Amino acid sequence: MRRAFLALVARDIRLAAGIGGGGGMAVFFFLTVVAIVPLGVGPDRPVLELLAPGMLWVGLLLASLLTLDRMFQADVEDGSFDLLSMGPLPLELVAVAKSLAHWVVTGLPLVIAAPVLGILLNLPPETMPWLMLAMLVGTPALSFIGAVGAALTVGVRRGGLLASLLVLPFYVPVLIFGVGAVEAAAVGFEGQAARQALLFLGAITLAAIAIGPLGAAAALRAILR
Amino acid sequence: MSLTAAQKFHAYANPARFMALSDRLLAPLWALTLLTLGAGLWFALFNSPPDYQQGETVRIMYVHVPSAWLAMLGYSVMALASAVALIFRHPLADVAAKSAAPIGAAFTFLALATGSLWGKPMWGTWWEWDARMTSVLVLFFLYLGYMALWATIEDPLRAARAAAVLALAGAINIPVIRYSVVWWNTLHQPASVFRMDGPTIAPAMLLPLGLMAAGFTLLFFTLHLVRMRAEIMRRRVRNLRLARADEGEA
Repeated sequence: MRRAFLALVARDIRLAAGIGGGGGMAVFFFLTVVAIVPLGVGPDRPVLELLAPGMLWVGLLLASLLTLDRMFQADVEDGSFDLLSMGPLPLELVAVAKSLAHWVVTGLPLVIAAPVLGILLNLPPETMPWLMLAMLVGTPALSFIGAVGAALTVGVRRGGLLASLLVLPFYVPVLIFGVGAVEAAAVGFEGQAARQALLFLGAITLAAIAIGPLGAAAALRAILR
Repeated sequence: MSLTAAQKFHAYANPARFMALSDRLLAPLWALTLLTLGAGLWFALFNSPPDYQQGETVRIMYVHVPSAWLAMLGYSVMALASAVALIFRHPLADVAAKSAAPIGAAFTFLALATGSLWGKPMWGTWWEWDARMTSVLVLFFLYLGYMALWATIEDPLRAARAAAVLALAGAINIPVIRYSVVWWNTLHQPASVFRMDGPTIAPAMLLPLGLMAAGFTLLFFTLHLVRMRAEIMRRRVRNLRLARADEGEA
């Protein structure tokens, strides 16, 4: 079972990295969204510094939503999902593998790109580690919650928009505590408030990892049967 | 012949039986709803004292608080019906869940709108991003997403199961709304009616508030019944159309 699980994760990562996988798309989207912010609000440095944590998180959320709809859809379309559902893995673990691969392919690159974009938005350097830490802790939740939305819209043509509608309300706590951690770190207080926000973020991620795959598997069974 | 509870549960799986029963229930329910709402409005608008601090604006409470309760009750009904639909495959359960959503969404909107109107004179702002308001706004979005999912999947059976999964996932938000004023230090005041140590609200205001809450609840369930009947008829029409299309092909 472990071999099947690892093979599925590796397959999804290889598919995304290969031609036609669109692996880098999320990062590129993230870059363009963040880059139009200074053009929209004006290049005033103090204003940008104020907006930076929020804009980075919003950009991250949108970028990870963008890639959500392909999580199960591609496999259902080409029939490999039928093989997966007959294989040794229960659908719950398939959902875990898919979410994990989605995080490696989109979440992780976004976290790595974030500090570079932070420079564009004049984010103070001393809050950079907090930003990266918060995003590292928070982004798995986005993939695992998103799996439910992706599964619910798997039979829907152009389900990407619907998936975003369904998933965004569930992303709100991640956004609130994610921005909270970075802003608290910027204010100071020896990182006490920032640490608290990080703990909340970790709790949300753990809950998402525990509940998300169950919901995604239930949705897949409901829709594809 | 008397039926056990389990038999009754399944007896009303028969839509014809449900339609016959609800048909007889609707008229008295409407009468009771209008009576309670009328009495509640009269007390709320004319026969209750103005607040010593808030003055007459306190009367917004008699619409705002019941709307907020019904917004949460509506979602609870929806989530409960969704659970019954998923677990027992009761055919009326997904009709009940689907029919509750727009009514709950309307009450949520009403709660947000009246809250905004009340917030301007009291807090000096139409809107504040505090925990209570944000979580209720999220509730509104959950209702909209739920309705959007029903609207996009054509086959009612598939749509029902997908929507049920979504409704259950969103139920996490209900305790967050309930305790948002306890967990976070918010601009919105904490609960003043359902408390362990009894209500902290003046008795003269408790009567109109109770009447309005009862009236709103009755209105919810009456409208819910009306919508459930409409949904059953809509499905009948759909089946008739499909059957006719099949005949046309043959």
